[in-house]
Amino acid sequence: MNARRTALWLFGAALLVAPAFLMSGYRLFQLTSMAVYAVAILGLDIVTGYTGQVSLGHGAFYAIGAYTGAILMTQFGWPYWATLPAGGAAAALVGYAVGFPALRLTGPYLALVTYALAVAVPQILRARALESWTGGAQGIVVTAPDPPAFLPLSQDAYLYLFTLAVAALLFLLARNMLSGRQLRAMIAVRDHALAAEAAGIDIARVKTRAFAVSAGITGVAGALGAIVVQFVAPDSFAATLSIALFVGLVVGGSASLPGALAGAAFVQFVPNLAETVNKSAPGVIYGVLLVAALYLMPSGVAGALRRTLPARLRTSTSPGKATPLPNKGATIHVD
Amino acid sequence: MTGGGTALALDGIAVRFGAVVALDGVSFTVRPGAICGLIGPNGSGKTTLFNCISGFYRPQRGTIALDGQPIIGLGRHRMAALGIGRTFQNLALFRSMTVRDNILVGAHPQGRSGLLASAFALPGPRREEAASRRRLTEVLDLLDLAGVADAPVTALPFGTAKRVEIARALIGQPRLLLLDEPACGLNHAEVAALEALLRHIRAHLSLTILLVEHHMALVMRLCEHVVALASGRCIADGTPAEVQNSPEVVRAYLGTPARDARAA
Repeated sequence: MNARRTALWLFGAALLVAPAFLMSGYRLFQLTSMAVYAVAILGLDIVTGYTGQVSLGHGAFYAIGAYTGAILMTQFGWPYWATLPAGGAAAALVGYAVGFPALRLTGPYLALVTYALAVAVPQILRARALESWTGGAQGIVVTAPDPPAFLPLSQDAYLYLFTLAVAALLFLLARNMLSGRQLRAMIAVRDHALAAEAAGIDIARVKTRAFAVSAGITGVAGALGAIVVQFVAPDSFAATLSIALFVGLVVGGSASLPGALAGAAFVQFVPNLAETVNKSAPGVIYGVLLVAALYLMPSGVAGALRRTLPARLRTSTSPGKATPLPNKGATIHVD
Repeated sequence: MTGGGTALALDGIAVRFGAVVALDGVSFTVRPGAICGLIGPNGSGKTTLFNCISGFYRPQRGTIALDGQPIIGLGRHRMAALGIGRTFQNLALFRSMTVRDNILVGAHPQGRSGLLASAFALPGPRREEAASRRRLTEVLDLLDLAGVADAPVTALPFGTAKRVEIARALIGQPRLLLLDEPACGLNHAEVAALEALLRHIRAHLSLTILLVEHHMALVMRLCEHVVALASGRCIADGTPAEVQNSPEVVRAYLGTPARDARAA
């Protein structure tokens, strides 16, 4: 029965790798971009899906990762691969700092503070004082990496496989991290903060660390995105990016790793699809599709799969099943 | 665990919420290994006192000591590690987890590995998990929950869910177990089972139990020590019989013809 699982995994891996050899140009770029979104949504999922702290500002962490990467490559001559951990670290630091107000704020208040970050960051990037670093409104053009000489691959195919490998590594690390004691602590904070404290969980610590790790992963996605798109500019990281990531999280299914992938597919392909349906009002079509997705799958794609897949194919054994967005904890009784 | 002394000592605890005096200088001590009942009419300050002992409120005056060690102001999340486990008046379970995971949350303070150790699958977290699971098996057996370990906690009948909360407190190996109205909402048979369960727990684990309870028959049968509160003050402290016969307690619960209004 383990052979069956291995076969399933191999099949999945082949399915993911195949496009590098079967597709090219814009279509392959779209898949690469989807993998980048998947990593960004994975990051958001840790703080919002698992720990229950709604962030509408993860586009800011993405932007910080992207600019850190672009600046290191163009002004300091760093190799592209080395900018990924740096972009992640820069975003994680900012995320840790943002995590502190998160200790006091909950629900809509925290969402608004993080949204403020999403609104502020593009303007900061455009600021004249930082222009020598950020290139102001013009942004920074990044040269695409060439595939290593020993790989007979086109640049597009190489970029896709590189992105896929980074995404696979981050999903693996996240899967390990979201297990056992750490996972239980996050979900306990989300489900019932007071009971979590009574059980000995330092919720301030859980929240700030979740924020840092979450921002860090989304920051790696940003640095990856800078390499893939070969360009960063303030307009690429408007507040709508944060909203798009949040949409991806909810549509894919929060607190689910496969959900992050499904959400990335939605964010990447549904706007294009809407445009092919009706050129003059793609926003309306997008809205209708979004509402339809949420109506048909109230706990996201992941929730829908969980209900329909036979039990033996599920990957569970861990907590965090089938919960949509955070439910606010109850209050203790004062006599 | 200090030989013979006091497990819990409260001295002059005072809490006020704005103009409302919730507790007005409450003092009493509990012997190690005792089952102590805290009774009093609604609004007498029982739950407030409970929240002080478990670190949820910080009293304006007074001291609380666990086995001689002062605990006020140490932070809520540190109470579990110090040896205080508690349950809540209304169920406070983690809704999206199974029974097993709910209980395992209570083992959190016994681990110390971090996010990165887990991410890179280092041996530390795995060792801790194995240790937690060993204790889980014991607690599941003790509370007769092994049969529902994999059930989602939302699917449980109320009485069983209350046992899960007790289990979550016990896996942290507390020296003092605080139970906030454990019999509330239970039927007659379930109350009898709860009584047997608490005796069983006390017999098997070395801990002190302090319970807030309105179910007088249960308190009188189970507790060897009863403390009665009324209007934020301690009005009786002794054996169940002594407390039951105290004129102050009778007055607090039933009122006297002349002073009806005050007792409510």
